[in-house]
Amino acid sequence: MSQAPIKDNEVDIVIGALRSDLSSFFNEWRAYFSRFHLIIVKDPDLKEELKIPDGFNLNVYTKNDIDRIVGSTSISFSGYSCRYFGFLVSKKKYIISIDDDCHPAKDNKGNFVDAVAQHIENLTTPATPFFFNTLYDPYRDGADFVRGYPFSLRNGVNCALSCGLWLNLADLDAPTQALKPSERNNRYVDAVLTVPTAALLPVSGINIAFDREAVGPALFPALRLAEEGKVRWETIEDIWSGMCVKVICDHLGLGVKTGLPYVWRTDRGDAVESLKKEWEGVKLMEEVVPFLQSTMLPVTAATAEDCVVEMAKTVKQQLGSSNPVFGHAADSMLEWVRIWKTMVSRPS
Amino acid sequence: MAATTKLDYAKPPPPLKDELDIVIPTIRNLEFLEMWRPFFEPYHLIIVQDGDPTKTIKVPDGFDYDLYNRNDIKKLLGPRASCISFKDSACRCFGYMVSKKKYIFTIDDDCFVAKDPSGKAINALEQHIKNLLCPSTPFFFNTLYDPFADGADFVRGYPFSLRDGVPTAVSHGLWLNIPDYDAPTQLVKPLERNQRYVDAVLTIPKGTLFPMCGMNLAFDRELIGPAMYFGLMGDGQPIGRYDDMWAGWCIKVICDHLGLGVKTGLPYIWHSKASNPFVNLRKEYKGIFWQEEIIPFFQSVSLPKDCTSVQKCYIELSKQVKEKLSKVDPYFDKLASAMVTWIEAWEEINPPTSASSKLSNGTAK
Repeated sequence: MSQAPIKDNEVDIVIGALRSDLSSFFNEWRAYFSRFHLIIVKDPDLKEELKIPDGFNLNVYTKNDIDRIVGSTSISFSGYSCRYFGFLVSKKKYIISIDDDCHPAKDNKGNFVDAVAQHIENLTTPATPFFFNTLYDPYRDGADFVRGYPFSLRNGVNCALSCGLWLNLADLDAPTQALKPSERNNRYVDAVLTVPTAALLPVSGINIAFDREAVGPALFPALRLAEEGKVRWETIEDIWSGMCVKVICDHLGLGVKTGLPYVWRTDRGDAVESLKKEWEGVKLMEEVVPFLQSTMLPVTAATAEDCVVEMAKTVKQQLGSSNPVFGHAADSMLEWVRIWKTMVSRPS
Repeated sequence: MAATTKLDYAKPPPPLKDELDIVIPTIRNLEFLEMWRPFFEPYHLIIVQDGDPTKTIKVPDGFDYDLYNRNDIKKLLGPRASCISFKDSACRCFGYMVSKKKYIFTIDDDCFVAKDPSGKAINALEQHIKNLLCPSTPFFFNTLYDPFADGADFVRGYPFSLRDGVPTAVSHGLWLNIPDYDAPTQLVKPLERNQRYVDAVLTIPKGTLFPMCGMNLAFDRELIGPAMYFGLMGDGQPIGRYDDMWAGWCIKVICDHLGLGVKTGLPYIWHSKASNPFVNLRKEYKGIFWQEEIIPFFQSVSLPKDCTSVQKCYIELSKQVKEKLSKVDPYFDKLASAMVTWIEAWEEINPPTSASSKLSNGTAK
């Protein structure tokens, strides 16, 4: 069985629009997007009208909609954070979100990759976080659990997050890309694997999908850099949110997968320019990682909301004093849960 | 002096030529070496002949090797030979013990040269060496896999303080064609072949266990050798096909404790022979049940801080095996004793030099 049946009406595709002209983006993705409902959220700072071709079932949200629906809040939906508004208003079980500067990639055989279908397959097949399978995803065609894999662990757990990858412009940080300006990722690694429990990873927001019912509230726009910008080199919000999601998934016994699908990412921006701004993010990671590696959530935290609230408390206590950006992040996490609960309880 | 061509000058010497031994257990023949000749010939081989010691195993011409049969093992180890399995490829670990080299590559005699997707023959040994010579990254997962591979790097968000990595102790390769499945899976899917070439090497995160297959494996003998004991299997033992698994669980907890890395992924070899699943089932049968207890044991093992060397870690592990797994089956009591015998034999065959004894002079017990 190569693919789980795709449940079209259980999926929302959320696109944060940081550019106004999305015609070529949507035309390129048409074959993979058109059967699903789409939520387009326009960066509140973007002045121009969005240009979106016909033939899609979508809702577009702009700054006015965000202000009207969310009301007064300290959360900023500016830049890449605009997509979180899409996660908030969705009523679907699964969300897939791809940056607007990404194109469908080609696999090693030269065929275009249906990133949407792959994410859905990742989310609808079990994850195996408690023991590493050396043949990677045992549920893929032509693969299985290897000799020595305990039978009691072969049912796996639900997969809550699917992290895809990028060909061409990989998600490297500004210093790395600045040092290797012509480095492009040409390696198509034909694998999906579960990231083991207790292992942390930098979750990139460029190409992700998640089970909104399981972990929706745990993806939040909380850690904003002082000079956050409109290129990924100048942000850290997805990395922070993603690492928190991993801690929460580990606590709740949910799985996180990484690997396929790939998207092809356009060359954009100037790493050297971004380098001047992004050092802040690089420095913050040094504090974030040891903190997250030692975070323990109480047994009583049984839902994603509970976990976010607990994490926010610990972030404020343990990191808040070292840098005000963490105190603000903790406040944003609590505020996010408040907004989330309000949205969920609203009649459709 | 013979004329040398420009090509001879341009070709670099085989990497680690005098620092690596290739250990091959065999009971049949070594014809498979012909295919590996271009890659293996420069290296010294240690052949461990299992089964009937009166049988002559022919080694293809041109290879530099030492061959040990059961009589040699008994002669060298005396009563301690009891820890080396008989009638099971687990006997290969004897080769690790008698080697004098820093690195070991071990391969089964039914494993051949595979081709990558471009059709090029894969020099598995060369890839293992690359894996061992460059750092591992067990403390944080890099989504682009091995950051030290060509064209790859650490991704955004990967802490800079962790980018030096740690020394790599083990390189675990994979197999195209016949996959390493257990007997029940083989019975259900007799025709399944692994055709997926996954172009990645990755570090297995700290705290995560994995099933280590001994078919295509390399390691740094100085860093982890004494922990590579392949247990009591085969003749007279209640279990088989868990030798490499056992070693893999032991080395992983010890590597995690000592801050060493374990990699898996490339290189691929071509595994040609599917063993009989019914025979396998009989060998593995107990292991399938026992592993349900063994895994939680290894997942919760804690080694004390004063275990600063591999040997100390291993002896400590053997005590915990005796304490906690004997109740599963008396076999584990025997195995725990054999683990100690192994270390004693290792230390006798590899007496510490004055330099190394200074190094292991850590905290007093």
